[in-house]
Amino acid sequence: MRLFRLFLPACVIAGMLTACGSGESNVESGNANGILHYGNGAEPQGLDPHVVTGVPENHIVRALFEGLAVKNPETLEPEPGVAERWDISEDGTVYTFYLNPNARWSNGETMTASDYVWSWNRALHPDTGSLYAYMLYPIVNSEAYSKREITDFGEVGVKALDDHTLQVRLNAPTPYFLQLMDHYSTFAVHPETLLKHGKMTDRFTPWTRVGNIVSNGPFTLEEWSLNRRIIIKKSEHYWDRDNVALNGVYFYPTENVISEERMFRAEQLHYTAVVPLDKIPDYRERPDSPYVQAAYLGTYYYLVNTERPPVDNVLVRRALSYALDRDTLTRTVLQDTAIPAYSITPPDTLGYNPPQLFDYDPAKARELLAEAGYPNGEGWPGLEIIYNTQEAQRKIAVAVQQMWKRELNIDITISNQEWKVYLNSVSQREFQVARRGWIGDYVDANNFLDLFITDGGNNNTGYASDEFDDIILNLAPKAKTRDERYGLFYKAETMMMNEMPIIPIYTYTSKHLIHPSVEGIYPNLMDSLNLKYVKLHPGRSLSGEAN
Amino acid sequence: MLRFILWRLLQAIPVIFVVITATFFLVRSAPGGPFDSEKAVLPEVKRALEAQYKLDLPLHEQYIAYLGDLSHGDLGPSFKYPGRSVNEILGSGLPVTAELGFYALSFALLIGVLAGVFAALKPNTRQDYIPMGMAMIGICMPSFLLGPLLVLIFGIYLDWLPIAGWGDLPGDKILPSITLGSAYAAYIARLSRAGMLEILSQDYIRTARAKGLPEWRVVTQHALRGGLIPVIAFLGPAFAGLLAGSFVVETIFQIPGLGRFYVQAAFNRDYTMILGTTVFLSTLIVFFNLISDVIAAWLNPRLRAQFKGGAS
Repeated sequence: MRLFRLFLPACVIAGMLTACGSGESNVESGNANGILHYGNGAEPQGLDPHVVTGVPENHIVRALFEGLAVKNPETLEPEPGVAERWDISEDGTVYTFYLNPNARWSNGETMTASDYVWSWNRALHPDTGSLYAYMLYPIVNSEAYSKREITDFGEVGVKALDDHTLQVRLNAPTPYFLQLMDHYSTFAVHPETLLKHGKMTDRFTPWTRVGNIVSNGPFTLEEWSLNRRIIIKKSEHYWDRDNVALNGVYFYPTENVISEERMFRAEQLHYTAVVPLDKIPDYRERPDSPYVQAAYLGTYYYLVNTERPPVDNVLVRRALSYALDRDTLTRTVLQDTAIPAYSITPPDTLGYNPPQLFDYDPAKARELLAEAGYPNGEGWPGLEIIYNTQEAQRKIAVAVQQMWKRELNIDITISNQEWKVYLNSVSQREFQVARRGWIGDYVDANNFLDLFITDGGNNNTGYASDEFDDIILNLAPKAKTRDERYGLFYKAETMMMNEMPIIPIYTYTSKHLIHPSVEGIYPNLMDSLNLKYVKLHPGRSLSGEAN
Repeated sequence: MLRFILWRLLQAIPVIFVVITATFFLVRSAPGGPFDSEKAVLPEVKRALEAQYKLDLPLHEQYIAYLGDLSHGDLGPSFKYPGRSVNEILGSGLPVTAELGFYALSFALLIGVLAGVFAALKPNTRQDYIPMGMAMIGICMPSFLLGPLLVLIFGIYLDWLPIAGWGDLPGDKILPSITLGSAYAAYIARLSRAGMLEILSQDYIRTARAKGLPEWRVVTQHALRGGLIPVIAFLGPAFAGLLAGSFVVETIFQIPGLGRFYVQAAFNRDYTMILGTTVFLSTLIVFFNLISDVIAAWLNPRLRAQFKGGAS
């Protein structure tokens, strides 16, 4: 009997649990209270703008903080943020930012130009170990400071002319510099708050915790439950508070994309970070589909190790590229969620269009392979593609393997590697062909082309060209006009793609499910969203049901 | 009994020490490091990061430093989540995982014991085959299949229960608890059936029946006590297994428990987090096994006698 009594609590608990019902959905209650429920992909590493990297962190940090300039949510053009206006010198190398006198920290203190000087010192200081320190490298002497070649921050080209005027001197005209001001790595942090919890360069202090953090964006941090949710609420001191429609946002770490899609269907989320590939056709067919897809500033490609046979031969690399039917691949394997790519820079990157030097041409591919010494694949020594363990990567690798076998009669091995092992193989150049993706940090071809400067950390192909380096590092930054600059990029990209150190496959797209009650999220090349502009309209519901 | 417990505790120390040492050197010998990322990390940045995490020290010094920190309960800072200590992350995940494990085990006990006893009352009849057949399905069905199935039925089609979260919406703890508990319910059903069958054939049960006691009293007052000993012995390791093995369920239902951190730590090469969770969970497993052994020894008069005579 005593043992039986042990089950009583279990019965009671089970009873209590089953007595519950699902009740009002998050979307219904959120619409009524102005709360957005946001699938954010993963638990953020942290909220320190100078420490974090990654997309989930970006969404939250950009809601809590604001840069000197912000991107327009539709056009991505820079608009006033903390700076109400700015002047650019005639030669394009001196920017003077005039801070909005109403710009406040969330504790009510006024923001000053010296906050920026202090913050950029922190972001660039080698001890901070900011992975994005290079975003400030256009500034005079910043790179030298970051690499400890100089130790006096006074030599870096940042100066507070007065409380509300910040002067920044650049090495060369940098047309994308204002875009960088909306990147979290260049945001100001509140010096006193950081110093209360540790040294300027400390990474481990709890200054970003609830109750400690002082920020300057449209929202403030309300709750941070690890791996459960992060809640932000509308800031009381934000300068443009009247134009912030939402009362708050709940961010969920939705790592499992399948669960995230189910949460959206059950109206637990307004917005999903991604959409499972196999669900996309269903959603597309729906009337008033919540599925939103847009071109994204990123390229998926295969890196080629130009120092390993048989791909050390440029003819082989070209043959492989000609033999790839990118249209079929993007239409079938990728369910029309990607755009075939023929170069590293995505098309129409702020008006720049990259060269297309080849197309799908199996006959030409066979010809090139024969010329390289492998007619109809005879004598082919074999080739291995490595990719990180993930179903989507495997499907693409299998399709590529089949296409190359069919068109060129060559055997390809595909090998998956666990993420960190794969990263290690790529950085040590222990591969012949490796899967790779690059997402731009800012909308400019430079961000894609400077990957391939000789011995660059992200080059990993062995590609080296003095002429290419000269264009990217010296000539393009000094170009007087946009046309001249783009002309130089075009020349460099043509030169690089002729050597084919990479085999471009597709341009990414961003994919989200957005509840019909949400307004103010615009598809754009950066997949950039400013929560300040998001509004909720109660009464709109999902129509139709995906299986 | 005290000597038995002390002896087992002494045995546990080298086990945990070996786990720490092996994990420490294994994670560091794995290719790739915590600061590797798709974007190249500048050498000076990498050096600064390594210095902040003491990775610039020789390996044996790192090991000694780790043991030193561990001796006063400090599991170190997380590599993946700068600004958070491993102790803090474990502290936030453990209550959730423990609560999930408790509900799952409660569900498993309730369903498992009922099904097992029910089946044992009429062995080799339909009353036996049906629950045991279902138990076999429960054992075979992995949680990554059962979880989404329950979500589809009860969360999407019937719209009775929330499909993700933990403590955010009423009723959101039901589906994960059932998913995690099902396999254990199936084990418990088979264990309690076997235990009950053995006890129900004992002489004292026959005596009780001969005295004219109603069947339900024979079962509840006499048979259950002995019949459930195997189940009780199973509970310790089962609870430890639930704590360590809830990763899949936590991922399906977006639950902020320990399991998700444990698995992600390995992918991220978050050295301190891998070590911290391994040390913590192995200690827990050793501890629950000890409890379970103590209960088994206490329930078994022969073992009790043995430890009165000498500890071996």
